[in-house]
Amino acid sequence: MNDALKKDFEALVGKENVMESESDRFSYAYDAAVLDPVLPGLVVRPETREAMGRVVKLANDNGLPLTVRGSGTNLSGGTIPKLGGLVVLTNALNKILEINEADLYAIVEPGVITAKFAAEVAARGLFYPPDPGSQAVSTMGGNVAENAGGLRGLKYGVTKDYVMGVDFFDVDGELVKSGSRTVKCVTGMNLHGLMVASEGTLGVFEKITLKLVPPPQAQKAMMAIFDDVNKACETVAAIIAAKIVPATLEFMDNFTIRTVEDFAHVGLPVEAQALLLIEVDGHPGQVAEEAEKVEAICKKMGAQRIQVAKDAAERNKVWEARRAALSALARLSPTTVLEDATVPRSKIPAMMVALENIAQKYKLTIGTFGHAGDGNLHPTILTDRRNKEEWKRVEEAIDDIFDVALGLGGTLSGEHGIGIAKSKYMEKETNRATILFSRRLKKAIDPKGILNPGKIVGE
Amino acid sequence: MSDMNELLRMLGELDDQLVSCMRCGMCQAVCPMYGQTGRESDVARGKIALLEGLAHKMVQNPEEVQDRLSRCLLCGSCAANCPTGVKVVDIFIKARAILVSYMGLPTVKKLIFRGMLTKPGLFNGLMSLASKFQGLFTSPANDVIGTSCSRMLQPIIGERHFRLLAKTPLHSEFPSLDTPAGKSGLKVAFFPGCMVDKMYTGIGQASLKVFSHHGVGVFLPAGQACCGIPALASGDMDSYLTLVRENLDAFKGGSYDALVTPCASCTATIKEVWPMLSDRMSPSEQETIKAMAAKTMDINAFLVDKLGLTPPAPSADAVSVTVHDPCHLKKALGVSAQPRKLIAMNSHYVVKEMAGADVCCGCGGSFTLTHPDMSATIGQQKRDNIKNSGAQVVATGCPACMMQISDMLSRNGDRISVKHPMEIYAESL
Repeated sequence: MNDALKKDFEALVGKENVMESESDRFSYAYDAAVLDPVLPGLVVRPETREAMGRVVKLANDNGLPLTVRGSGTNLSGGTIPKLGGLVVLTNALNKILEINEADLYAIVEPGVITAKFAAEVAARGLFYPPDPGSQAVSTMGGNVAENAGGLRGLKYGVTKDYVMGVDFFDVDGELVKSGSRTVKCVTGMNLHGLMVASEGTLGVFEKITLKLVPPPQAQKAMMAIFDDVNKACETVAAIIAAKIVPATLEFMDNFTIRTVEDFAHVGLPVEAQALLLIEVDGHPGQVAEEAEKVEAICKKMGAQRIQVAKDAAERNKVWEARRAALSALARLSPTTVLEDATVPRSKIPAMMVALENIAQKYKLTIGTFGHAGDGNLHPTILTDRRNKEEWKRVEEAIDDIFDVALGLGGTLSGEHGIGIAKSKYMEKETNRATILFSRRLKKAIDPKGILNPGKIVGE
Repeated sequence: MSDMNELLRMLGELDDQLVSCMRCGMCQAVCPMYGQTGRESDVARGKIALLEGLAHKMVQNPEEVQDRLSRCLLCGSCAANCPTGVKVVDIFIKARAILVSYMGLPTVKKLIFRGMLTKPGLFNGLMSLASKFQGLFTSPANDVIGTSCSRMLQPIIGERHFRLLAKTPLHSEFPSLDTPAGKSGLKVAFFPGCMVDKMYTGIGQASLKVFSHHGVGVFLPAGQACCGIPALASGDMDSYLTLVRENLDAFKGGSYDALVTPCASCTATIKEVWPMLSDRMSPSEQETIKAMAAKTMDINAFLVDKLGLTPPAPSADAVSVTVHDPCHLKKALGVSAQPRKLIAMNSHYVVKEMAGADVCCGCGGSFTLTHPDMSATIGQQKRDNIKNSGAQVVATGCPACMMQISDMLSRNGDRISVKHPMEIYAESL
């Protein structure tokens, strides 16, 4: 980075918010994806939204690649500065600007931490449902840019279902406004919709308007134990067919069950081939009725045993087991590759069979758990990226997983994003025209190609 | 050593531990440093990435990496919260030593660790001398907390409000003890630690009073040295090993059921760090360390768990006391209920919890000397939480935390006294 340009950035955000030493830059060369780090040329941390706009303009004026970064927790390399250039941090823009209890919306700056926001909303007696696994540290800007999901997707939807508006800077640093505080709004193009899952390639968020909902009054959690993966998968379909939409409907395979039990000792049945962790919520009367129905369906579909949580402590235990899944698996090996290929939920049995075959074919350990209710499984490959030969097999297995998921009418990514990791598969799921359309769209809004170049549609 | 290849080789030995970090970033949620700065190089994930980068020649500048590593309280919040159980504190301790062996120790630290700390006789003599003259250049700051401040020492200690050295150190009052187990049938080896020996002697006296009350035999050998953590945190492996050996010598031949210390940091060091680094010592030393570490317990935990104390109901006019959980007790050793129970043994006190009781106080040993502003900023939050609890007393089982909290309260002009749970319990006997 040349000195004059560095000084210009210092003038915009303050000297203390410009980082250029090797160690500081290297700390922004990676994210949570298993990919090689790429060193940015400079890192800046604007403390005001106005300064953010001016940073974008200065970068564009100089044709400098610009990658926006929240907490850097994404799993697809979306925040790795692929072409170097500038990393812009949002974590100083961390104010909740408004929580409106009468009109059920909130306005936040992009660097607000998801869990802090959800807690603040809950303190006002309201509910922000999306709960990605990284919510303790992830930012709202990052959640919108990646369209983050979570455990509650089946009933409550994902981040995109809560985005009412996004104000963002275009490459010239001009503020573009989209959406509104109202439930209905057809004023202009749905530009905020375009921003969701855009992974920082189309604009830089200035503030976000989010929908809030009243929280459910009651919950009931249960665990259904199966001696056969198929029966568990069919139970998922049967629950939905009975017109019941649980808030969460999670699946764990035998390998994951054993690993979690070894690690957390929460009393999981290690002989079970599959577990379903189910929670229904809503009005107490409805919860009681649905819980009974779900229990009956599980029994009818061949569950060996069903444990219904009798109180908050037991409910917590059910979810503790689920929350421990990734940590427990990740402890078994140096490298953990967490995939999120997603299929229509009726295809989960086929997907499970395919995953087992892939694990055998490539001699890999794959633990699978995930959001069975929405077809979003997390096959988790346990490996060591330092083992070149095994790593090659991992890459081939990932290719196969995507092929199978697409063959079943599914999608490459349910909630982790495309980033660098999956951009080469994009055309497989879509087609050439889709890629070209996306590239033309980007070219039109970002002629110099400075906004997070190399992500989603390559180039 | 100043050979880059040797540095890479030594860092390579950490590779198996480094690679277990999956870069999820969950450490951001709990790191006191990151909470202040929001800088990735201040959080565990960033530091581990830097060490990996250095080991794999993607990062070229070891001086910068050393500087980033020093920006850490070694509080272990990240390790306690790590989904994959990365041994962050072990990694950082080893990495600091590796970088010091490559770049050398700063002269001041050499003087302190190699010239003084590792020579207990000289250390005691110097401290004793200082305790006689300290009144000349200090003035009282807060009578409730018992702190002083000093214009003259300002270039060295900054704006700190500190506790004066004890007139008579504990080792002068009790050069050595070896009493048999009484009615409890238990005997402890007592390791007071430097701060209790030289500054907070009241905690040592309270501990001995409690042992005597419960008929617990005490083995207090002469010639105890520092537990080694200050030298190690600065990367001085040689001084650390010397100190451990001096202590192994001092405790040689004693028989006891548990080794207890009233200092959370000493306890965690003896119990966790000594075994972790014992592969640098002889097989017989390794055996001794293993046996000692297995018997080492926090003093609160010893009294509550081994003696099975049952607290009475608090009296109507009980004084409210809020509890700070030292990182080296709760995060390193999982001890948090016992100090509260010990306090409740004195019916004149009632525990009133503060927000963020287990958040680091910002001391971090020598961190407070090398990064005074950051230490004070983190400490101020702790002070605010203590103040907002409305308690009249704050209790914590670590003299280093007591020093930091006293400083912060005193600088704010608060009239809240700072006590060790042992002192509170001993008051009732």
